[in-house]
Amino acid sequence: MRPPPDAPPDADRGAPSELIRFDAGERTVHWTTAALTLVSFATAAALFIGPVAAAVGRRDDVRWVHVTAGLLLPVPFAVGLLLAFTRGGLLRSDLRRLDRWSEAERRWLRMEPDAGVRLDKFNPGQKLNAAFTAGAILLLLASGAVMHWFGHFPLAWRAGASVVHDLTAAALTVTLAGHVLMALTHPASLRSMLGGRVSEAWARREAPRWLDEERGPGGGTVTPDALRRGRP
Amino acid sequence: MDAVLEPQQTRIGRRVVLGMLAAGAVGIVFGGRLTSTVSDLAAPLTGDGFRIYSVAGYSPATPPAEYALAVGGLATNSLRLTYADLQAMPSTTLTRDFQCVTGWRVAGVRWTGVALRDVLDRAGVAPAAKAVTFRSSDRVYTESLTLDQARRDDVLVAYEMQGAPITDRHGGPVRLLVAPMYGYKSLKWLSHIDLVDAVEPGYWEQEGYDVDAWVGSSNGRQDAPTS
Repeated sequence: MRPPPDAPPDADRGAPSELIRFDAGERTVHWTTAALTLVSFATAAALFIGPVAAAVGRRDDVRWVHVTAGLLLPVPFAVGLLLAFTRGGLLRSDLRRLDRWSEAERRWLRMEPDAGVRLDKFNPGQKLNAAFTAGAILLLLASGAVMHWFGHFPLAWRAGASVVHDLTAAALTVTLAGHVLMALTHPASLRSMLGGRVSEAWARREAPRWLDEERGPGGGTVTPDALRRGRP
Repeated sequence: MDAVLEPQQTRIGRRVVLGMLAAGAVGIVFGGRLTSTVSDLAAPLTGDGFRIYSVAGYSPATPPAEYALAVGGLATNSLRLTYADLQAMPSTTLTRDFQCVTGWRVAGVRWTGVALRDVLDRAGVAPAAKAVTFRSSDRVYTESLTLDQARRDDVLVAYEMQGAPITDRHGGPVRLLVAPMYGYKSLKWLSHIDLVDAVEPGYWEQEGYDVDAWVGSSNGRQDAPTS
């Protein structure tokens, strides 16, 4: 990836100072999941929001699409993870990064001013969002399954499953709106989910600890000042 | 290099996911009692407050002009009533809360139709008849009532809801309304009424719901009675 000719002079652009943030497998998982999520939300609106339901109609077809998209939702991730395990890929190690939090990261999330954290590839907000999204998808799957195959469960569970499905979907609507807003207001991050790469300057600012890992401490053009400045 | 946990690293991600799943499991098993709260909160989105649990793969849509209700079984005078026939009969209007056994309730729904009792009398109830069964034009859903229940004033063969013809979505053009019982008794898309010698458990009752479905004193629920 070469900088366009009209790009401002920037030592950090160009292949040597770029890092792969998301590999092709991860990006495929992300965008197929995003597409299925969009279908799930659109069909949910046509099932749940009165005026939309009235305008769209064809309730049984809509329900079939919703259930199918919902059941497919974890498939890209499962396939991606399987491939990451068998053929290699970043998904596996990134999953581990998202799972694990240091003491300092917990302080950062609590917005303690002297958290003293050097951010990893994902900041604690991103880690929390990833865990919440994963949990929400599993909850929607489980509660949706009880609603769809209610005959196999005690009848009271169907009512409980509707409550869980509704509340989880409402919460996920809020966090996904936040996710999209963050992406639109952080173009470099969005570009990394499209093309996979971030500049070294970006990594130094947003993920200095990861940069060290990739380049070795001091291996990049990391200044002591940049190291201290854990947070933009 | 990161296969081992560094000191002070905690697996928060896993903890969050497992915590959510545990809360969800509790919610599925016990959350049913929150349905009315949730449906109140969602009312601005869901519109009229009704939730649809179609059991057939499709929802029937019959134009009123093509509608016919067959009344037979242990009847002395089997009938076939058109939409116009029903409209020509004396009508009853009721306003009652509609309570679903899954918890949601819609306050003050206005229904207009013919008392089921009048339809049965017109068909002539044979002495052997002890109960009434109902079939839906979705060809799947069934319901039944004892003859005494069927003769109540608040049991209608309804063709209007909230002052307008009943829509397909709500079981139109003609549905049953059993006002004092949970919603599953109020069969949608009513196509057949048969007088029989014994109550036959309906669609949901074969899945475990109570056959005598009085609101507030069946199905282990304590809702306020609707009629």
